[in-house]
Order: sequence, then C-alpha cells, then structure tokens
Amino acid sequence: MRGKGRAVCIGADIDTDLVIAGRYLRTKDHSVWVAHVFEDLDPSLASRLNGAVVVAGKNFGCGSSREQAAIAIREAGVIAVVAPSFARIFFRNAINVGLPLIECDIPCSEGSPVTFDLTEGWVEAEKKKYPSLPLSAKMQEILAAGGLVNYRRNH
Amino acid sequence: MSTLCERILQGAAGEYVDRKVDCAYVHDGTGVLTLEAWKSMGAKRIQDAAHLHVFFDHIVPANNSTTADLQHEIRDFACGSFFQFSDIGGGICHQLMSEGVVLPNDIVVGADSHSCTLGAFGAFATGVGATDMAAIWMTGETWFRVPESTAIHLSGTFMGAAEAKDLALTYVCRFGMDGASYQSLEFIGEGAAVLPMDDRLTICNLAVETGAKAGMFYADHITVQYLAAAGHTVQMQEPEPCRYIREIDFDLTDIVPVIAVPPRVDTVKPVSDLTGLPIDQVFLGTCTNGRYSDLARFARVVKGRKVAVRTIVVPASRAVLDTAIRTGVLMDLVEAGCSIGVPGCGPCLGAHMGVLGEGEVCLSTANRNFRNRMGVGGEIYLSSVATAAASALEGEITEPEVS
Ligand code: SF4
Repeated sequence: MRGKGRAVCIGADIDTDLVIAGRYLRTKDHSVWVAHVFEDLDPSLASRLNGAVVVAGKNFGCGSSREQAAIAIREAGVIAVVAPSFARIFFRNAINVGLPLIECDIPCSEGSPVTFDLTEGWVEAEKKKYPSLPLSAKMQEILAAGGLVNYRRNH
Repeated sequence: MSTLCERILQGAAGEYVDRKVDCAYVHDGTGVLTLEAWKSMGAKRIQDAAHLHVFFDHIVPANNSTTADLQHEIRDFACGSFFQFSDIGGGICHQLMSEGVVLPNDIVVGADSHSCTLGAFGAFATGVGATDMAAIWMTGETWFRVPESTAIHLSGTFMGAAEAKDLALTYVCRFGMDGASYQSLEFIGEGAAVLPMDDRLTICNLAVETGAKAGMFYADHITVQYLAAAGHTVQMQEPEPCRYIREIDFDLTDIVPVIAVPPRVDTVKPVSDLTGLPIDQVFLGTCTNGRYSDLARFARVVKGRKVAVRTIVVPASRAVLDTAIRTGVLMDLVEAGCSIGVPGCGPCLGAHMGVLGEGEVCLSTANRNFRNRMGVGGEIYLSSVATAAASALEGEITEPEVS
C-alpha cells in the first residue's frame, strides 16, 4: 500500500483531547469532528488537512480512548500519520477506522511532499528514504478493507 | 517462568494472541460509536451478554437533548439485548467493575482508557476503542500483543500526609507520558502487599498516563478478603521468578505530597513548591479518587470548618454515596459547604458540570490535566485527596497536614 501527501508538522505528546475536545463528542455527526479537529492545538490546522500526511512527534494520540480522534483525522482527508511512536489505544483505533499510521522518525518541512509504502515499510521525505516498521499482514488487510467494520463484514 | 500478564494472557511478551474476554464494558460516551460500528458490521446478535456491561457515567443525568437522544438509543439497545446495564446515578464504569465484578485472572476490556484500574485485582485489564469493542460484542474475543513488563518494587509505608495518589503521580513523573508505552506495570514487594484495595485501584488507574497497557497487583490476602465481602471466593496468585524488562524501586517512606502541573500529568512538583497558588475550584471525585475512603479522608479535614472556594464532590458510585450517607461523611461535607453531584464522572471531562471559565484554576483529584479538558482556558492541577482538602479550606494550594 503506497500513498503520498503534503506534510503538516505538529509536536510531540499530542493527546486525543487536543485532537478532538470532549465538548464535541456528544454527536454521531462526523462533520462536527472534522470541523473542530485539532482546534485546541491550532484552529487553522483543520483547513490544511485534506490530502496531508501529518508528521508528528513521539507518543501521538495519548490519553483518552476516544475513537472520534482517529475518525476526525481520517475524515478531514489525512492520507496517513507519521510519528516516531503512537499511544497504543490510538494505534488500534486508527487501524480499525482505516487511517494508516507509520512508525518512523522523519524530519518535517511544512507543505513538502511525503511518500510512503506500508507493505515495504519506508517513508520518503526531503528526498531521503527512511525505513519504517512494516504493519502486520492482518493490519494491512484491515486497512485495505477500509477499517475493521468492513473487514468484519467481509469475514 | 512468566510475568503476571503473561500468565493471564497465556503467551510470551511480544507474542500476538487471540483471547476470549471475561468482561467487556462501554459507557455512555463510547457506547454510541460502539453501537454504530456493531450495526455497520452487520452483526445480528450479541455474544455472551452476561459478561458485557453498559454504564451511564460520563454525562449523567443528560445535559441537553442531543445527549438525551443518544443515551435513549443506547439505553433501549442495552436493555433489549440483556446487557448488564447501569443507568444514571449508578456510578463510574471502572468503579462499578471494582465492586465485585472483576476477579483475579480475568481478561477485562473497557472502551475507556482508564480500564487499567482493574489490574488492581490481579486481572489483565486494558482500554480499547469503540470499533474494537464492537468486534468483541460480535465475537466475544479480541487480539492482544502480550506486553513486556516493568516491575515496580514497593517497600515501606506512606508517612505523614502522603497517600497512594502521590505515589501514582510520582511514578508517572519518573516514567514520563510515554515511558512505559505498550508495557504492563507490575507492582510487587512488601510495600505493595500492605496496600488496601482502594490504594491499588488509584495506583493502577494512572498506569495509562505513562502509556502503559496495564497496571497490575498480584491477588493476595487483601484481594481475597475484599472480594469475599462482595460474595466471591477467589485464590491468591503466587508470584514466580520471571523476566522483567526493567525493575524500579520506590520506598513509600520517601513519597511526599505532590501536584501535577498543567497541562501534563508527568510535570510533577512537591506541593511545597506551589503553596499559595490561588485556586477557584476544588474537585473531589473520579475513578482515581472518588471512593468512600477518599470522601471520608476529605471530610476528616473539612469537618466543622468551611471551604473557601467552590468545592464539588462527586461519589464514584451509588454504593460510595450510600456509605457516605450512612456514616455521616456526606453531612460533614455538605455542612462544610461542598456541593454534591450525582455519582459518575462529573466535571472530570469538562462536559456538563463544574466546567471552568477562561483563566480559572481547579485543583482536582482526577488523573488528567490536559489543556482545556475541564473548559476552554481553564487550568487543572492534580493532587491527592489530603492536599485537595487542605487547599479547599484556604482557597489556595496548601500543604496537607498529617492526620
Ligand atoms: S472519572 Fe474521568 S477519567 Fe475516570 S472514567 Fe470518568 S471521565 Fe474518565
């Protein structure tokens, strides 16, 4: 599975409260989450996410188990999130909702292209290739199905 | 020879295993998405509803019609599908699971990050998201990567005004917010063996703030006694020599009252560094420190006096509230000027009560102080019960007195 997008750079230890605040959770309307994604981190971020590869610091997605965080990022049009490490509940949630995650420490320059291959396990940024941890076969299958819901429906 | 979590998950650290879960639960917050995902999976029935729980605790009673409609939908579904259902006022999911539901050796999965609290019983308990939970409703099982374990050796006993929460914040500070990512923290040693269940629950509750997957105590005579009172006969778990990836020592005698400074749980300072900092609100409650022993400790400090700032007390469950009424603790709190909320999460997640205004400061006994969590522009300092009580009387951060 290969993908490409523009880099959007954010910091380390971004918790899920910052991805989508608790005050927006009580709805099933996904567009609310998309409209307010990353609002408490940087209100201007939401408008830059379509077609983006989010490049974050370590421990991305720590804190609350809210799956709305992963859904909001995916539905805002993010192609993938690259970070040196992810919090474990967020990791599961992202794969389950069909948002590709790549564990890799890469430099980030805002707006520059980032290419990746989940199967081969690499990311290319700033004209340099970095090896990433390839996802397990089952995770790739779940991602390819568009998430665990579709995967379960087909299995 | 295995660590406690290897023994329960029946696999070696690093291995991926598929396991049937013994109990699984959601709350009003995560139940909505779980139900949605479950329906989209095309599932028709629920596996093993006797072990599936639904708790209404996050926004209770409903604060507006949107929440009410969502709760209505899950309530109807939960009742119709014979889940173990606890409606508003029953209490916080983790607390209710700790009142005689979770047993040693259980595999417990909650759609909430603080599900790790229940490792206090010698169970493997961890949090997952809504879609994972929907698959569990459908199949009764899920996959785990068996975590590596860090041993935390405890020795000595708490001195002065220090309490379990101070140890919890101290170890979060030592590890940092991701210092134990994917791991299980196993609390062992003669210092662990004397800690009452309430302390163990508080200590395991904060494990996730280090990125850990689980925090665990071995079931010993204290666990056996506690569960006997809830009508269960269980066996103790004997530790065996095993391989930890790291071993850390804490002498409880050295633990002092501390505070986590916003917006990170791992920025921890001695209370003495922060004394005199003005506060606008005190919050006593949550799955960390909303148990009867916490309310009683707070009441001992404020009894016969008046709190100087608005103070919200939310019992973690109906049983906690019940005991506090019967023992007079609740009356002491009310007479001291505290406001009492409906058992549940209350202000912890900033959704519907005790919300902070711009620039306001809350001293809370909860487990998270992330930016804007209790209200946009509000700041949350996290402390023990004793520190919260002393500070409530003064209206500023105050060192607790030795009781
Ligand atoms: S009390 Fe707070 S931390 Fe605990 S389950 Fe409720 S919202 Fe989460």
